[in-house]
Amino acid sequence: MADDRMERLRREGRIAIVGASLAGLRAAETLRAEGFTGELTLIGDEPYEPYDRPPLSKGVLMGLASPEHTDLPQRWEIDAKWRLGVAATGLDLPGRRVLLADGDDVEYDRLLIATGTRARPWPNEAEAALDGVLVLRTRDDAVRLQQRLKAGPRRVFVIGAGFAGCEIASACREKGIAVTVAERAGAPLVGALGGVIGAVSADLMTENGVDLRTHVTVTALEGDSVGRVRAVHLSDESVVEADVVVVSLGSLRNTEWLTGSGLGAGPRGIACDAGCRAFDFRGIVTDDVFVAGDVARSPHALFGYQFLSLEHWGNAVAQAETAAHNMICLPADRRPHLWMPAFWSSQFGVNIKSVGVPPMGDDLMIVQGSLAERRFVGVYGHQGRMVAAVSFDNTRWLEFYQRQIERGAPFPVEFPTVDRRPEGRQPVAADFPDPSLPTHAPGVTLSGYSPADQQLVFTPARH
Amino acid sequence: MTTKVSLVHQITDFTNRADPYPVYAELRKTPVLHEQDGGPYVISSYWDIESLLHDPRISSDASNLAAAGYDPLGEAEQTGLPPSFLRLDPPEHDRLRRIANSAFGPPQCPHRVEDMRDGMAAIVSELIDGFGDAREIDLVDQFAYPFPVTVICRLLGVPREDEPRFRAWVDPLVASLDPDTRQGSDPEFQKAAQEARMQLGMFLAELVEQRSKEPRDDLLSDLVNSHGPDGAMTMMEVLSTSVLLLIAGHETTVNLITNGMLTLLRHPDVLERLRQEPELSVRIVEELLRYEPPVQMVPQRTCIADIEVRGVTIPKGSRIWLVLAAGNRDPERFENPDTFDPDRQDIEHLGFGSGIHSCFGAPLARLEAQIALSELARRMDNPRLVQDPPPYRQNAVLRGPRHLDIAFDGLR
Repeated sequence: MADDRMERLRREGRIAIVGASLAGLRAAETLRAEGFTGELTLIGDEPYEPYDRPPLSKGVLMGLASPEHTDLPQRWEIDAKWRLGVAATGLDLPGRRVLLADGDDVEYDRLLIATGTRARPWPNEAEAALDGVLVLRTRDDAVRLQQRLKAGPRRVFVIGAGFAGCEIASACREKGIAVTVAERAGAPLVGALGGVIGAVSADLMTENGVDLRTHVTVTALEGDSVGRVRAVHLSDESVVEADVVVVSLGSLRNTEWLTGSGLGAGPRGIACDAGCRAFDFRGIVTDDVFVAGDVARSPHALFGYQFLSLEHWGNAVAQAETAAHNMICLPADRRPHLWMPAFWSSQFGVNIKSVGVPPMGDDLMIVQGSLAERRFVGVYGHQGRMVAAVSFDNTRWLEFYQRQIERGAPFPVEFPTVDRRPEGRQPVAADFPDPSLPTHAPGVTLSGYSPADQQLVFTPARH
Repeated sequence: MTTKVSLVHQITDFTNRADPYPVYAELRKTPVLHEQDGGPYVISSYWDIESLLHDPRISSDASNLAAAGYDPLGEAEQTGLPPSFLRLDPPEHDRLRRIANSAFGPPQCPHRVEDMRDGMAAIVSELIDGFGDAREIDLVDQFAYPFPVTVICRLLGVPREDEPRFRAWVDPLVASLDPDTRQGSDPEFQKAAQEARMQLGMFLAELVEQRSKEPRDDLLSDLVNSHGPDGAMTMMEVLSTSVLLLIAGHETTVNLITNGMLTLLRHPDVLERLRQEPELSVRIVEELLRYEPPVQMVPQRTCIADIEVRGVTIPKGSRIWLVLAAGNRDPERFENPDTFDPDRQDIEHLGFGSGIHSCFGAPLARLEAQIALSELARRMDNPRLVQDPPPYRQNAVLRGPRHLDIAFDGLR
């Protein structure tokens, strides 16, 4: 019986994918590669075919790559109906329909939600509307920012020193543009990597000529008489003149369209099980709605089965593949999504890569190289276990630490390694900010055990 | 079987040189093989090799290996020249390799290799033209050796006409990389290798001296005049790096090209496809690096901590052999591993190693082999093997035919 139904679904079922970016595309390809021959619809609010985002804050800003040439390669003929440039506005769960902004709807037998995130806008709408105030998330954003940088601004002001903010600052310096970065915490990248590594990043920025302001928040953006931004006011009462302001305060998960749908969706994302099946708000798992990519929160066996939200390129690919597989297979053949969190960044000529969940770490050990040389591997520990590792210009070793984390290897690291320095013999506090304080874009968020968590609301501090 | 035959001995045993793969298959049945106290731990499965190549508890430092009790090259390196980066751990390894790379590859020098393409093609044409009216050639002496040697000389800035001089020093040095225990314990043999390395160093010292005064567009000039963020190499570091690049820069490529042509002649259908579509050479060379890798194993690592591999604890201070060629044929990793299949999609071979010591010259070797094989396929009419298997060199690590006689009907 069940076999017959699955066969029919695979042959002539209807699958809708909401979100036509990396996760949506990879899921579509996997569905076809695994033999799904039914009707496939891809819905995306941007007018473009799927493109790659990592280059937007790197090569594109530096002028090394054109934003139009970041299309994702399509590895498999997906033969889909594309509904691009039209947003999904609602979900009729019992009726199995996705409602679209143009009034149309798309019926499905299986649904994949991969709506991802968007840039968190500047909260003051009038200030956000000033000419020269930008965010960076989409291809259009990148085109706008690239044009501003080309025009030779006197100073660029970046609000927020997460990975994106640092990469934007790096691109500016590469092009010889003066840049100020303001960060609420004591150093860049603290939300993602903690204060010890953040201090290294701070030195790197300062040495490369970035005007880095820490422990400050932006209190106001000031415009001139014709509505162009001209200055940024800071909580320490200083004023910095700038003609481009990039708001880089992390991202918001695109879940508003699901409000009232009955799914366990909220500001932290959409909860799903390890098999990528979405939970409804009561904590009951659905059988026909799946989630993948930045918008998903799923429990991870390695990290105490807490729900993890991962804004990582590799996670989007792996989760999309697992979700697609599970959408069209019998229950016994389902696979869990057990991806090891990993991300990379390149800034100021340094390659940064991390595996595991650094913010879970209490302590940090520099097991290879040295912080002062900015070439090192650091390992994060939590309750006697290795939970993450980070490398600056030392990527080739990380695979080893990934395996150690997978095995729950003990922390502190007792064994000797090549290039262990005296500074690496003892753990130090990793110095993450108080988790109850909002930080921007930690990249990996442990988001608790509740599948229907809707409590967290971000409010930028006001002084 | 009544008496247990030492597998380690069979790896180095010359009688297995033409086809070591059955020995490797036997080896994989005991993925962590340790036959006797003081002997090496031999690792032969793909995933184990791959993970040990990224393991920071494994040292390449010559002094660690010497402390482990046996190291032919380590002794050869006690000749006044400091060890090359191949035999160093971070941070020294990283510093020297970064400086060397700044003269060789991206990001500082992204065009160095690609800019040699036309020059390589010209050398290849000239060598093939040189076959003349002959209907039988020795591919090794007439092509596979002179081609990469000419290329590495040009890259480094070593006069090609000096080749006969340094060849006499290169041969014993290459032989010293062979872990054959008989040779390793032979003091005469060791002395010859030490002597050769010193002579080669002195020969290069003259050139380096010259380039420091009058830099040209070559690697020696760039090495001796580098003053990047990592500072400059000392004169001795320049010399040991140059010796390394000169040796590694041609000996392995000779074998890659010769193994390549041998494999193609054994697979005439692939050879014919290559003749029709030269761009297939890219895939062919990758599959060759899996199927017949010119570096069969890495016998020069030691562990600096107790390491557990498949339930076996390899004690701190032990020597480790990573048999890349066995890992490349591991059925746990590759489907039909003993089939030569250039259409293979999944081709993450260990031919160039992996991790921080992964082959420095890989982009150069790839391009050389691609050009060489596609041109040989295009120009030789009806080529066939005269003798199969051909005679092999002694060396079990840098494995390849000593001669490869090929008969053909003429040049196209």
